[in-house]
Amino acid sequence: MLKRVRRRYLALEIDVGEMVSSKEFMDAVWNAVLKLYGEYGASRTGLTLINYNTEKGFAVIRTTHTTLEMVRTALASITNIANKPAAIHILTVSGTIKALYRKAKK
Amino acid sequence: MKRIYADLHLCPNLKNSEQVLQIVSKASKLGYSLIGMTFPSNSTEEEIQRLRIISKDAKINLATRVDLKPKVPKELIRNLRKLRRRFEVIAVMCESKSVARQAAKDRRVDLLNFPSLDFRRRFFDKAEAELASNSLASLEIDIKPLLSLEGPARIRLLSNLRKEATIAKGFHVPIVISSGISDEKLMRKPRELVALASLFDLDEASGIEAVSKNPVTIVKRNREKLSSRFVAPGIRIIRRGKDC
Repeated sequence: MLKRVRRRYLALEIDVGEMVSSKEFMDAVWNAVLKLYGEYGASRTGLTLINYNTEKGFAVIRTTHTTLEMVRTALASITNIANKPAAIHILTVSGTIKALYRKAKK
Repeated sequence: MKRIYADLHLCPNLKNSEQVLQIVSKASKLGYSLIGMTFPSNSTEEEIQRLRIISKDAKINLATRVDLKPKVPKELIRNLRKLRRRFEVIAVMCESKSVARQAAKDRRVDLLNFPSLDFRRRFFDKAEAELASNSLASLEIDIKPLLSLEGPARIRLLSNLRKEATIAKGFHVPIVISSGISDEKLMRKPRELVALASLFDLDEASGIEAVSKNPVTIVKRNREKLSSRFVAPGIRIIRRGKDC
């Protein structure tokens, strides 16, 4: 029987001086994963953008639970987004979107 | 019990109060309870006191740190004699093998740091680790170069760090992970530093110890030694007066 894919949702705080678009943000994330783990590693992460709020500097992304640590490392290694100095901090991690928003609100 | 996270290597420009304040409040926001700030060896007590007040306002504990860059072992010994009782943390930037060996065996040295860009001058081998394991020195790994380097330079650095971390583990030398930054944007949460440490194969438990237990132990031990109640390891003055 095919095993169900377990996912992890990450609430992120994007610390960047100016506004960046969701595309620029995801490009930075993919580039960081690619640089550290290569194309094979990046293909395993199944990264998807779920929610992005430019004004609040808040984003939610999804990954598979087996590659959570890889994504965590890649996010920590990001130093700029679209050539603007930036940092991405993980606010919380959860297995469901509902629990993620509940935890992030706290 | 809540874990205390520490970053013992913050190097803002101390003359720029605004930058210091930014870094201290950011550290507090990221979840650190203890920070170490690098002071010049000739800094005055007033300067240190001023920064202690800033840190106290941000509800963060400040440890004073000095980075020694001696050229010869004699210079290191002279500096240690002069500075050990003035600073809570002493780190030695080992730029030659003889200095590295002397620093590893001297019990007054807390942290051994190696130049990250010059790979030929990373002297943390088995002999160094054995000396360090018999003294109190820990291996300090700065995360800043991992963030700023790219391509082959980062690959080489990671390979060296992997080797050093394995040796340190084998000889039970504590590892301390610090940020080593002077720019607020390069600051990371403790859990993010642990994630970055996984790049050189440091497992999660060791990584968490490297940002919490190991640095906190160093500061606690040195504060006890620097207090007026300290007599010798394990002996301290409980009470003074006629009744004693």
